[in-house]
Amino acid sequence: MAITLTKQAAERAGKYLQSRGKGLGLKLAVKTTGCSGMAYVLEFVDKIDPNDEVFESHGVKILVDPKSLIYIDGTELDFVREGLNEGFKFNNPNVKDSCGCGESFTV
Amino acid sequence: MALLQISEPGKGTLPHEHRNAIGIDLGTTNSLVATVQSGVAKILSHENQNNLIPSVVQYQTNTILVGEAAKLNQDDDPVNTIASVKRLMGKRFSDIATHTSSNNLSDEKSYIGIATKQGTKSAVEVSAEILKKLKTIAEQHIKDDILGAVITVPAYFDDAQRQATKDAAKLAGINVLRLINEPTAAAIAYGLDKKVEGNYVVFDLGGGTFDISILRLSKGLFEVIATHGDTQLGGDDFDEVIFQWLMKQSTHDFQDPQLKQKLKTLSKNIKEKLTDNEIVSVEHSFNSSVNIKTKIDQKLFADLSQHLIKKTIDATKRALKDANLTIQDIDGIVMVGGSTRMPVIQKIMRDFFKQDLLNDINPDEVVALGAAQQANMLVGNSNDEHLLLDVIPLSLGIETMGEIVERIIPRNSTLPIAMAQEFTTYKDGQNAMMIHVVQGERDLVSDCRSLAKFSLKGIPPMVAGAAKIRVTFQVDTDGLLSVSAQELSTGVQASIEVKPSYGLDSNQIKTMLESSFQLADEDKENRALAEVKVEAMQMQEMVERALQQDQNILDEPEIKKINKALDQLRESLKNNDRNLIHEQIDQLNNATQYFAQLRMDQSIKNALTGRDIKDMKL
Repeated sequence: MAITLTKQAAERAGKYLQSRGKGLGLKLAVKTTGCSGMAYVLEFVDKIDPNDEVFESHGVKILVDPKSLIYIDGTELDFVREGLNEGFKFNNPNVKDSCGCGESFTV
Repeated sequence: MALLQISEPGKGTLPHEHRNAIGIDLGTTNSLVATVQSGVAKILSHENQNNLIPSVVQYQTNTILVGEAAKLNQDDDPVNTIASVKRLMGKRFSDIATHTSSNNLSDEKSYIGIATKQGTKSAVEVSAEILKKLKTIAEQHIKDDILGAVITVPAYFDDAQRQATKDAAKLAGINVLRLINEPTAAAIAYGLDKKVEGNYVVFDLGGGTFDISILRLSKGLFEVIATHGDTQLGGDDFDEVIFQWLMKQSTHDFQDPQLKQKLKTLSKNIKEKLTDNEIVSVEHSFNSSVNIKTKIDQKLFADLSQHLIKKTIDATKRALKDANLTIQDIDGIVMVGGSTRMPVIQKIMRDFFKQDLLNDINPDEVVALGAAQQANMLVGNSNDEHLLLDVIPLSLGIETMGEIVERIIPRNSTLPIAMAQEFTTYKDGQNAMMIHVVQGERDLVSDCRSLAKFSLKGIPPMVAGAAKIRVTFQVDTDGLLSVSAQELSTGVQASIEVKPSYGLDSNQIKTMLESSFQLADEDKENRALAEVKVEAMQMQEMVERALQQDQNILDEPEIKKINKALDQLRESLKNNDRNLIHEQIDQLNNATQYFAQLRMDQSIKNALTGRDIKDMKL
């Protein structure tokens, strides 16, 4: 399995990295918190941890620590616009249930 | 499902705990709101269309229109439509004698009332409507709680105007993280803070205000070293220049409010067309009897606006002078504000600084973008930190004899700062001293703004000039001033804290700076006159006291001579002729020379009487 980006997500991430002026890629992770148990983390990466799994999709590096990978393997990260709001969306096949806000989930 | 943004490393937030913050440029003509998403600052647009929200509010019988909708209806109901309300923020009716407005303004003592269909409104209330609109736009984009906002204000805004801005935000339900100066926000947007060092000029010509700021960057330290400007100069004035010129092209007087408003709108359109065109033809019919047909080119426009352009250049020169810099020291010029699009302004600045300008970020948006970045940093989303140092906009000092101002902290000093100066008593046996704290650039107390008064009591009786009183001024990073006075021999002390924002009369401050330059000669003369008057009164008092004590050692003609000189001096004090007072001081000096000699002999005699020559240490 792997972690992938949609074309739109890769384009956006590339643009953000460029205007930020530094950064090696994106870090995807989960934190054990939130109203349904787990929550996603999406951050810029400045330093690669040797333990991290590295994926590449549409030219953007994605780093995931092995523990998080268990919960998000197979995830496709998308960039969508909903009304005036726009941002990244995790399409995670492992999710059984998510809270109303969609920011935390259980597997 | 909530959408995620990319966070800085280690700054990821938990669900429902996102730290959303916005930056607001509350402008005279247009306002904008921006936020940082995934590390990038972007303007939040109204229905994904307009980035610029016109700062126009229209009060209708049952509704309030804000922005584009209000602006579109402006011509139909100018009396109930309020534009450029920023010019009225923190002002009183007496401040705006020359203000031209389509609204019915009234004097409400502490503020200016604006008559509308929904009753009398203050500038704060009108601004709050604009801020509410911006908040709604931001909420539509962010769909989450907004922790707070950074709102920008012109560098020249005084405390009353800043307080009014905060009040408006409060009324709109916005938590103000910080007010920052517009030029500072622009510098942040250009990433100047990421450079190693340099001196930068921020030239901000907006719709209604003009600011020039000089920023110094060294070792990551971001310091505003000089600010200058004019709270009453902007694109509106260039519109007015065209408006006045158009009036002369027609035989109609344009007294009708609706016609006048239409002519104003036309003037603005012509100015905007001149940005991309060398020459603009005007052909407009207002009604069947009123028509205008003419044309205007860059040269004519530049000639018509000569007085306005001169003001910007003069302020630029003054700011450079305050900063002790020459044009060779300047590493970049940031152009801010829609009015800097005018080719005539671009050219004049390029020619003045002899270098290219930083103008690739949309000049209308740059301030809001910088404010959003600052807001993002303040709520803790960024790993970068700017250290912003503010400066004191006007000098702080105290009143001394003759109502002269002694400056203790000069303007443009960086905060925090503490400075002390020693003063002394004016009269023999003086046991208290009134400390009157004033703010301003003029030499006379009456021309400055009074901040506070307190007295230092318990000074031990001493001859005039013997007591040493140290007055210390301290201003912290929030602009809170504390003043303390201490008599050094006994240690008696008194102090006061001043928050210049509250309950103070601020109606003079805006003109203070300008007048201090225009009236420098007059000030010098006033100061010299006040000083000579103090000297004369001191002299007069001394002689009167001496006469009281030792009149017996003088004969009648001598007493008469001295009294005559005294009378003449008293008489001369009634006039403001500095030379005459000087003359009379000299005359009194001459008239009392013999008397002074006699007194000296007498006191030596007294000191020696009854003492053995052997006891004297010679």
